[in-house]
Amino acid sequence: MKNNTSRQDEIAPTLASQTTRAEAEARMTEDALTELRRSGFSRRHFLKGSGALVVAFSVAELAGKLGIAPERMLAQGGNTPQTLDSWIAIGNDGVVTAYTGRADMGQGMSTVQTQLIAEELSVPVNRVRLVQCDTGMTPDQGTSSGSQAHPVNFNHENLAQAGATAREALLAMASTKLGAPVDQLTAANGVISVKSDASKKATYGELIGGKRFNLNLQPNAKRKPQKDWTVLGTSVPRVDMPDLVTARFEFAHNVRVPGMVHGRVVRPPAIGATLVSVDESSVSGMPGNVKVVTKKNWVGVVADKPWQAIQAAEKLKVTWTPGTGLPSQRDFYSYMRNHPGKRDTYQVNSKDVDTKLTGATTRIKATYLHPYQMHGSIGSSCAVADVKGNNATIWSATQAVYPLRNTSAMVLGLEPQNVRVIYARGSGCYGLNGADGVSYDAALLSQAVGKPVRVQLSRKDEMAWGENYGLPFVVDQEAGLDASGNIVAWHYETWSATLGNRPGNNAPGNVASGLLAGFAPAAVAPRANAPDPTNWDNGNNGVPAYVAGRVGAKANGTGTVASERVLTHTVPSPFLTGPLRSPARLQNAFAQESFFDEIAAQVKADPVQYRLRHLSDSRLKDVITAAAKQANWETRPSPKPAIARTGVATGRGVACVLYEGDNGYTAVVAEVDVNQDTGVVQARRLVVAQDVGPISSPNGVRNQLEGGALQGLSRALVEEVTWDDQKITSIDWNTYKTLYVGSQTPVIESVLIDRPETEAMGAGETAITIVAAAVGNAIFDATGVRIRELPFTPERVKAALGAAPANRTQTAQVR
Amino acid sequence: MSVFTLKVNGQSHTVDVDPTTPLLYVLSDDLQLKGPKFGCGLGQCGSCTAIVNGRAVRTCRTPMSTVSGADITTLEGLGTPEKPHPIQKAFIDEQAAQCGFCLSGVVLTAKAYLDQNPKATDAQIQQAMSTVLCRCFTTTRMMKAIKRYATERA
Repeated sequence: MKNNTSRQDEIAPTLASQTTRAEAEARMTEDALTELRRSGFSRRHFLKGSGALVVAFSVAELAGKLGIAPERMLAQGGNTPQTLDSWIAIGNDGVVTAYTGRADMGQGMSTVQTQLIAEELSVPVNRVRLVQCDTGMTPDQGTSSGSQAHPVNFNHENLAQAGATAREALLAMASTKLGAPVDQLTAANGVISVKSDASKKATYGELIGGKRFNLNLQPNAKRKPQKDWTVLGTSVPRVDMPDLVTARFEFAHNVRVPGMVHGRVVRPPAIGATLVSVDESSVSGMPGNVKVVTKKNWVGVVADKPWQAIQAAEKLKVTWTPGTGLPSQRDFYSYMRNHPGKRDTYQVNSKDVDTKLTGATTRIKATYLHPYQMHGSIGSSCAVADVKGNNATIWSATQAVYPLRNTSAMVLGLEPQNVRVIYARGSGCYGLNGADGVSYDAALLSQAVGKPVRVQLSRKDEMAWGENYGLPFVVDQEAGLDASGNIVAWHYETWSATLGNRPGNNAPGNVASGLLAGFAPAAVAPRANAPDPTNWDNGNNGVPAYVAGRVGAKANGTGTVASERVLTHTVPSPFLTGPLRSPARLQNAFAQESFFDEIAAQVKADPVQYRLRHLSDSRLKDVITAAAKQANWETRPSPKPAIARTGVATGRGVACVLYEGDNGYTAVVAEVDVNQDTGVVQARRLVVAQDVGPISSPNGVRNQLEGGALQGLSRALVEEVTWDDQKITSIDWNTYKTLYVGSQTPVIESVLIDRPETEAMGAGETAITIVAAAVGNAIFDATGVRIRELPFTPERVKAALGAAPANRTQTAQVR
Repeated sequence: MSVFTLKVNGQSHTVDVDPTTPLLYVLSDDLQLKGPKFGCGLGQCGSCTAIVNGRAVRTCRTPMSTVSGADITTLEGLGTPEKPHPIQKAFIDEQAAQCGFCLSGVVLTAKAYLDQNPKATDAQIQQAMSTVLCRCFTTTRMMKAIKRYATERA
């Protein structure tokens, strides 16, 4: 890894002036957008029909009218990702504007994408401007999900390919202009010059400024090799940080549109309750021109000011049918296991598992449980919508502007091309919070009242109806061992519950607002007899790291165990579910990595050594070795010898994963204190080793890794959705537990393994996936007691310690 | 409706609102300030925090009737991107944010506490931050930034 302090120093002073300019431009852009809306065409319409339009307005005239620089009108908006002009425009002043469909949700994507373009085009970071996620401006890149955002734009596709194509095009232009072959040219600071005669040079502004490339992305254009990187691979300070810390940054929550009024939704009091009637007279005469809007079971109010809308929503008398009732939370894991409407899938099945288990010297089995958990965004979701006639503009923190455009059009009964969705960052999302749903809420209200409407959900509406919860899991596992203590067979079987998901392009009912407004959520299609697997897919990490992962002739997994069976059952969920950071991967890794330690303990093997013994993938072995080394791992079996039965016990645990089967290698070593008298678990130290290919921004990766590790710890120790027989009861920060800034948090040490010339992988969801397992393994190491259900609350830990046999020995079922 | 005068970030403002209106809505809507944000409306998370007469206050639970004439500082009132306040500079130097939504709570709670308790120990600082939420869990960096500021101002 390069140390680029000097480069950071060079960049830092420019950030301040950049911010001022950004502010000015933000205002200009806002005016321009308003003007575009009033004019009845979007940037894309303008550019698509530019032949006709340019007859009426020259580019410069129109740009002047819109208050934006002409070069900003040059790039092609909309879904034409094959053209270079959809991605990159260069102004007369040489400033590079890059258009991306990958959103920065706070994970640093705007900075690292800026670095990417600065690197490929050899311009300083402060000469790159990024326009992100706007259906009127940027290419359609689908959904920006955390773990996939990086690979998609950094692996010789999309934005990376556009950068490389633009650089080669500029070099070719310079070659013609300067009369020198390309290999005699060099580019730096936005200027191409002849290597042997630096006086012969051309700026990007001279070469292309204000003009279109009129080129398609070139699949053979070469990205700069990592050895030549000067901007990528360095820790460029986050471009948004000064604005964030001084509150100049505009969140979706800060968007204010002229004439805007405020909305609030009114949700049913119980799951499954439907609307009987609304008594509008209950809010008549309240201040703020209150209006009530309904659509099927969706109810909302609008008022001039936010506090008026809140009070009106509270006062509005709504009659609902009783709820449909909920399965008991206490018995929910049995409910899932016994649900008749399940869908079965084999991920791998070597068909010899039962035989091998029967023939095994030792068999071990155990069941693991994982609750529903929340995204729990700190800011309840917020959007602004302006629906006028057949056109709509929505400012949203969605991770998917184009899909949201399509589903909003369905909700509003408009044509998708008449809906424009503009991304504005929300509060950290971690998957699927209420951002999409609240966009429908704002749009429905705006359509009904004919004014721009801002909606921000209440805390309860966010937690009980706004977001789609992370998946609950029941996991049964059984392993067979030979006489030497090697694992020879692994049976892995899960039950998880789902309902809805991201709305995608056509399912607004996948989130509560759409569902209440009358759209159906994605449902489980039952399938009793799972077919043999034909494709390898470990995107959910359902296949343990230690098995071969064989589908057809090919072993795709990271392990050595040949006799393998992974069978999943998906059952209908009473609550909406979604891709909470590390969806299913965390749940599976918790079960697998904990169970693996149970096996290691059974054969009295060191957990690190026993892992290395059953793995075939060298990169996964490397991260385990690196984490163990950094942690000064003491080689011995767990639990540690001579455990005291009371007081604070300390222990260490390890876990690893190849995230999504191909998207980031990570190992975590956790050191914990377990107070055996109170049941309180405190992590003292987390060592994270990670290999996500070439590292684009080391400090950005570390920030993700640290945040992910602690979010994983919060989920491991305290987080759990709760409900009664009618409704969700975890509706605020008292009833849904979390760790705070002032909570006792562990020291986090990270070891980054840089892998030049490999594919970039995601770094956002690696560490979080295995913290719970590492902590559970450390609790076992400290106390000799295995806890197979999350979260590790003091009550649960105390109960488990109390129920353990006096000698605190292995408690898995062993034959 | 009642008329209230507030001094916000050094400027005097007069608003005519329902006296039960929480201060947050006056700051974020009437005055269109970006710093204080609605997070929970229950005083549980901190993202609506402003410094009111020297103390960090959760403005989502502070009725206007209780803050008439108050001197209020929001996150944007501390410093600018060009000239950040030392605690803001510490957060920039430590790159101590991810989404950044929580920063009013984190930065202003820490600042107000350290202004009143300049010799606070690490444990006391931790206690002062014990009900301030950051759901991106940028905790480690934030505590580093706060301690850096505490050392610098001491």
